[in-house]
Amino acid sequence: MRIDPHHGVVGRAAPRTDALAQASGGLVYVDDLSYPSMLHGKILRSPQAHARIVSIDTSAAAALPGVHAVLTGADLPIAYGLLPVAQDEHALAIDKVRQVGDAVAAVAADDPDIAQRAVELIDVVYEPLPVVATMNDAVEIVDEPIHGDGPRNNRHREVSLDFGDVDAGFDRADHIREDVFFYQGNNHAALEPHGAVALVEDDGRLHLWSATQVPHYLHRIVAKVLEIPEHRIRVTANPTGGGFGAKTDVFAHELVAAKLALATGRPVKLILTREEVFYAHRGRHPVLMWIRTGFTGAGEITAMWFRTYVDGGAYGSYGPASLLYTGQLQTTTYRIPAYRFQGVRFFTNKPACGPKRGHGTPQPRFGLEVHLDKAAEDLGLDPVTIRERNLVHPFSTTVNHLRITSCGLADCIERVVEASEFRAKHRNLPPNRGIGLAVGAYMSGAGLPIYFNDMPQSEVLLKVDRGGLVTVYSMAADCGQGSTTMLATVVGEALGLDAADLAVVTADTDLTPIDLGSYSSRVTFMAGNAALEAAMKLADLILTAVADELELDTDDVRLGRGVVLAGDREIPWPDAVRMAEARWGLLTAAGSYKPPKGIRGDYKGAGVGPSPAYSYSACVAEVDCDPETGFVAVEQVWLAHDIGRAINPLLVRGQIEGSVHMALGETLMEEQAFRGALHDGPSLLDYKIPTALEMPPVEAILVESIDPEGPFGAKEVGQGPLLPVMPAVANAVHDALGIRVDEIPLRPDKILAALRDRERDGQGRYGPTDLPAYEFRPPLPVDPPPELR
Amino acid sequence: MRYDADMVEPQVEPVRLEVNGIERRLFVAPHRTLLETLREDLGLTGTKHGCELGECGACTVLVDGVAVLSCLALTLDADGAEIVTIEGIGSVSHPHPLQRSFADHGAAQCGYCTPAMILTAKALLDRDPHPTDREITEAIAGNMCRCTGYLPIVRAIAAVAAEDRP
Amino acid sequence: MLRLPVLRHAAPTSLDEAIARLSEDGAMLAAGGTDLVPNLKRRQYPEAKTIVSLRRVTGLDGVSVDDDGTLRIGAMTTVARLADDGAVPEVLREAAGAVASPQLRNRGTVGGNLCVDTRCHWLNVPETWREAAEPCLKAGGEMCWVAPAKKVCWAVSSSDLAPAMVALDASVRLAGPDGERTTPVAELYRDDGMDHLAKAPNEILVEVIVPPLGERRAGYRKLRRRGSIDFPILGVAAVLEIDGDVCTDARLVLGAVASAPVRVTAAEDLLTGRALDANVIQEAAELAGKAVRPMSNTDLTSRYRKKMVPVFVRRLLRDLVDA
Ligand SMILES: Cc1cc2nc3c(=O)[nH]c(=O)nc-3n(C[C@H](O)[C@H](O)[C@H](O)COP(=O)(O)OP(=O)(O)OC[C@H]3O[C@@H](n4cnc5c(N)ncnc54)[C@H](O)[C@@H]3O)c2cc1C
Ligand code: FES
Ligand code: FES
Repeated sequence: MRIDPHHGVVGRAAPRTDALAQASGGLVYVDDLSYPSMLHGKILRSPQAHARIVSIDTSAAAALPGVHAVLTGADLPIAYGLLPVAQDEHALAIDKVRQVGDAVAAVAADDPDIAQRAVELIDVVYEPLPVVATMNDAVEIVDEPIHGDGPRNNRHREVSLDFGDVDAGFDRADHIREDVFFYQGNNHAALEPHGAVALVEDDGRLHLWSATQVPHYLHRIVAKVLEIPEHRIRVTANPTGGGFGAKTDVFAHELVAAKLALATGRPVKLILTREEVFYAHRGRHPVLMWIRTGFTGAGEITAMWFRTYVDGGAYGSYGPASLLYTGQLQTTTYRIPAYRFQGVRFFTNKPACGPKRGHGTPQPRFGLEVHLDKAAEDLGLDPVTIRERNLVHPFSTTVNHLRITSCGLADCIERVVEASEFRAKHRNLPPNRGIGLAVGAYMSGAGLPIYFNDMPQSEVLLKVDRGGLVTVYSMAADCGQGSTTMLATVVGEALGLDAADLAVVTADTDLTPIDLGSYSSRVTFMAGNAALEAAMKLADLILTAVADELELDTDDVRLGRGVVLAGDREIPWPDAVRMAEARWGLLTAAGSYKPPKGIRGDYKGAGVGPSPAYSYSACVAEVDCDPETGFVAVEQVWLAHDIGRAINPLLVRGQIEGSVHMALGETLMEEQAFRGALHDGPSLLDYKIPTALEMPPVEAILVESIDPEGPFGAKEVGQGPLLPVMPAVANAVHDALGIRVDEIPLRPDKILAALRDRERDGQGRYGPTDLPAYEFRPPLPVDPPPELR
Repeated sequence: MRYDADMVEPQVEPVRLEVNGIERRLFVAPHRTLLETLREDLGLTGTKHGCELGECGACTVLVDGVAVLSCLALTLDADGAEIVTIEGIGSVSHPHPLQRSFADHGAAQCGYCTPAMILTAKALLDRDPHPTDREITEAIAGNMCRCTGYLPIVRAIAAVAAEDRP
Repeated sequence: MLRLPVLRHAAPTSLDEAIARLSEDGAMLAAGGTDLVPNLKRRQYPEAKTIVSLRRVTGLDGVSVDDDGTLRIGAMTTVARLADDGAVPEVLREAAGAVASPQLRNRGTVGGNLCVDTRCHWLNVPETWREAAEPCLKAGGEMCWVAPAKKVCWAVSSSDLAPAMVALDASVRLAGPDGERTTPVAELYRDDGMDHLAKAPNEILVEVIVPPLGERRAGYRKLRRRGSIDFPILGVAAVLEIDGDVCTDARLVLGAVASAPVRVTAAEDLLTGRALDANVIQEAAELAGKAVRPMSNTDLTSRYRKKMVPVFVRRLLRDLVDA
């Protein structure tokens, strides 16, 4: 049922409900907690990328005065992993280490200096093993697989799928184009380092606080690894100082802090250093891709073959999903009648990759949008036209069985093209200046939970007290995106109350009902819908009670702003609430949300990609390049985003501007690169996050397509706006200099290399050409949905 | 070669700081930074940290009116200094105009860079009440923000500067 | 949270006391501490026992101008003050304004900047990382990972002020146990990443003396990835005396391409006595490019940084001629 806002709460550019607490330094992040007699934990990390642990001697550490506990792998022997199919991690290494930075041992001590000293006293003897540093190594070095045994085991996962008749599609094409791209990995670099605090509560239960985006998954895994029933554990997610996916996995330090608290009976704090954050990683996967697309003479896609080679790092993490994401969402923006997707994820001896803003989709989106730009040039079309000719239709089904509902992509393109004067500028700007266009789409929440179950993905509980205060309970963790404000706004709108007048209790497994977590841009859509359902039920209870009390027809009673309008009377909200409590007893209402059935196919892999709704964005970037230094200055970015409906335009704009910042960092300078298996510089000096000086003006344009299933029509904005920025800049650089750097980041030295290539009668290209010598298995045919057959 | 802590016997020394207008006398270990003292000895956790190496700006506080990185300043070197932290310029109940403006402009998302940004901005406005947007941008170029893309931060600071204009 | 190792602290109030404390075993001098503290936190100085702070020694900060126009900059003058002071020539203000970030400039000093330790990708990294790699020469190991062939450390001189001061022919006044001496900044440096300062560890830089610039033109250009925070990966400083069309004297100095600032005398000689047209400038720029061999030990590739030398030199010289 579509519900339109009419109280003026939704749609208002209001500050976050906790904005003043943030601005006054009062918001309590995990490292701000402290408890009497609290100990400080510290983890000893492996300096070896791949080695067998021959022995660990902790006696000197244990004997150091002030040390209360020392742990090694034997103390936490149970394997875990966020996905049921990837149970390949241990809190502390057992038998072998697989990356520099693997946790090997841990201590709890009276103060951080003693803890530091204690880990230095732990003596570990390693027997080095062959190091798998690259995807080529992963294929070639097979004697000592990183996980398990068997010759091909450095291949973690493989996908090979055919949707529709791909060969026939290519046969039908007038023009076929092939390209190879590489997208380097990068880190979330949230400003707050990860951390956890654990203690044993008065009732003997374990309480773990963490800077996490996924308190529910953390709860489950702590229970599993520590072998304690879930009801004996309470997990609280502190507000995080930035997430972006960095804090959506479960990490060694969380499990270790919990175990140390149990071992010592004292509160334990364990905060990572920045170096450790780079080793914990779970950031963007490096992806090498090969794309082949057939076009008609008019530029319509007849078939596409997309291959991705994904460098996963040392552990599975979200990898099986990440791999599928490198192929699944291409069809959400363009009609691709026949589609072959082959992808492989390798294990390498480097920090494990995982989900970062856009999870698995920015890499192929970059490739696809640059590939399309090149195809447009081949075909004599402009970048707008080739996209418009292939745009996905609203309310359609894709060849890989994704259900598309509302889609404002055409609008987004039109709005950015107009605002930027793209048509007039493209190919016409002065030398070294250029303009580029690209689009993207992202999910408003993954259709399936991480572990298979039939329960709701989000639940919200409302409770009203006699003073009229409505408290919203939800496990949604605010990682800066504003989910707490969103919940207050949705419930406020439904009840006619100011968002700032509600109370919201979040992210605590003792107090709040399930929300699966702040990942996959799911919270506004899913927790928002659960909140809306609960609020509608609550409204109903209150209106019925007022109607009964005043002996009015229920049709004559409705909600006003802070009042109940009953016939010609205005009952103040608190009075109405008291009438309802008298009528029903304690006033509570619950709502829950589960994505509808039928939004996915039933092939293996179909679980990744479906979403109840997709957001769309289009981006134009204008650049000024220095052909002598290779520096690219982004002068302005225009970004139109189909948000469905902007619940809070201030926060929506903030997500767009923030996405542009993160995207420009990836585009131009950020890279989690390695020398062998050694990180290229695990610090915020060597890892280049753009400063304020690198940030261009951004014109954020909101397109409201009003999704039929989103809360008040809303969709996501946390991740989608990042996607088109990288290719838009790359396309702009091409417009400026006539070269192609088919690799992210577009470092100055690569720009110069491409220019050099052109001088030497080359095509003016810098980028990969070779693919790993890996044979995919033959694609599994999947019938397209009936309407596309 | 690993650092060998046995070489040095820990000791504590007295220090006198004026923190947010209040004189604090305490004993600290010589290797303690102002960041650690403020957060861990004085409980002023509004000061954040993201790198502890001078690279992110999150630990900025005002020492004698100047924005400095508390993660690189030794507490003993601050003996006798006037220190202002985010707690010292306003509160939820009585916000400083910059705190109010940051809230209103959506200049904080996760809020982790915010205290440092506000103090950096305060030092700027104390020195130059009417900076241009470019000057604001340059002034905050040592403070990383990973969430906002800086633009709302510049707007928030510019708005306070404009309010203050005669 | 990354913390300092356990250390002692000394806060001498006079130069003599500071020199005495500095003569003790394991003493490290701190001015602003913005270079020393991060290096200590990364455990780069395992021998460190005591931080000797210069902050209580009075009379070491401030900028003054002698009657003849000679500029005197106290070692404890902050980099921010230098960037802001109207009495300071533009070239130094440019170089100072390009140092690090605003907060680091507020704390970092001119003396510290000139003495800033050399840097390398294999050294200025956190401890687990350094342990993962075999220790390099400077970290007590057997060889330099940047150029394993020779037993030489190539860590990079990373001061922004150093090349500018050398170009200006500035001198430093040093105080040590045996009294004071004054030496040209150019001679303060050795092209050795392990031991880049030609002074005793217990000699304290007290003052920088900059001869008047007069009618000469001077400028500084810096290459780095971001507009703030980043160390130079190339610095170019030049001072030109131009009479009519003809260059009568030239000094050209490159920073961040070796373990010490590099004076490109070949280019200076070429420029001197010539009218600085585009060809001459180009030729000088190319000579500068040939004079240095940056290594793969800091941001961006060595090849790229080498290519940028002539570009930055040409741009600076052209700007100075056009000014
Ligand atoms: C993130 C980051 C970025 C940076 N970027 C730059 C940059 O772009 N350009 C740049 O030039 N620097 C940069 N620096 C380094 C540093 O901040 C500056 O060079 C600063 O000016 C150093 O001054 P200080 O007083 O803080 O030095 P300190 O750390 O106090 O000292 C540095 C060294 O000099 C010695 N020393 C200090 N004063 C004296 C003296 N009077 N006599 C003898 N020896 C002395 C110390 O013993 C120490 O070895 C950066 C630092 C960081 C952390
Ligand atoms: S914590 Fe001080 S600058 Fe990052
Ligand atoms: S608001 Fe999150 S880092 Fe700035």
